[in-house]
Amino acid sequence: MSWKFTGEAPIYIQIMDEIKLRIARGRLKAGDKVPSVRELAVMAGVNPNTMQKALSELEREGVLYSQRTSGRFVSDKMPSGVDVKNDVGKKYTKAYVDDMRLLGYSDETIVELLNQHIEEERENE
Amino acid sequence: MSDLVQISGVSKHYGTKKVIFDNLNLSLESGKIIGLLGPNGSGKTTLIKLLSGLLSPAAGSILIDGKPVGHESKAVVSYLPERTYFNESLKVKSLVNMFKDFYADFDEARAYEMMGLLNIDANMTLKKLSKGNKEKVQLIMVMSRRAKLYLLDEPIAGVDPAARDYILNTILTNYDPCATILLSTHLIYDIEKILDEIIFIKNGEIVCHKPADELREERGMSIDEIFREVFRC
Repeated sequence: MSWKFTGEAPIYIQIMDEIKLRIARGRLKAGDKVPSVRELAVMAGVNPNTMQKALSELEREGVLYSQRTSGRFVSDKMPSGVDVKNDVGKKYTKAYVDDMRLLGYSDETIVELLNQHIEEERENE
Repeated sequence: MSDLVQISGVSKHYGTKKVIFDNLNLSLESGKIIGLLGPNGSGKTTLIKLLSGLLSPAAGSILIDGKPVGHESKAVVSYLPERTYFNESLKVKSLVNMFKDFYADFDEARAYEMMGLLNIDANMTLKKLSKGNKEKVQLIMVMSRRAKLYLLDEPIAGVDPAARDYILNTILTNYDPCATILLSTHLIYDIEKILDEIIFIKNGEIVCHKPADELREERGMSIDEIFREVFRC
């Protein structure tokens, strides 16, 4: 998967989100070693200092932990208050609802449309 | 920590009428990739030429790594000019040899490695290379030095987007975390994600010098969008 960045948010936050997303999707698993700052910076095409900042923040949140000599790893137990999957899910939901409201849909209609969409997909399967 | 570059009270004008800088102050830290961004004629190239020693200020002082601009500073500064200045009848490999002679910090192996990756034949003479390939050779030469300060004046302007990505990667992979890269460009969109800091320059004045992510956070826009707003014509 390539790394895509959008304009608005600081890049280090977008990197943090991307790594959380990879954990949520199971592409990075508990105990997995994370590549070095340098390798990740080149992969993502970003400044190494920015990558460093993103990884330190993830460590501070407890999503990653580092072992002095062997590198950084994905935490076995996510710290309380950090639910990676939930965070990403909430963000998607919020983005969807915000966009729909901007289009002038009422909250009731948004829920209705969602249910309708899910039902249609089920029928098509 | 002392700054790698210290510009204090610098003035520069061309002739008596055209004032480029009047009392310019700027300091740059080590270990940063800094974008020097501004519209045409804002003083980007003049600033870079002052740092490389090609121009001297009318007033004020410029220190690089604690030393005034001169032969000592040139030993730690690697400069990519806007235009190529190489003798066109040279072969690429003779150019490599020349750089090896000239600069104690030139890493020949690194130069050949990059040329291999960018498909440049070292046995070709420069005049037979396309414009883009000439630019690539020049950038390879400049990035193959182990300098403390790299001054890149429009480094990716003439190359295709695929090579542009590769060149950005080259910059990211090869640069020493203690070195600073100051690069001027108008292709902000392509380059903004590798920048640590942004300097906006307008009519010879620094209108903004900030970490890139801070600027993005403050304004809720990409650097490219901010640039368009700040410098709207």
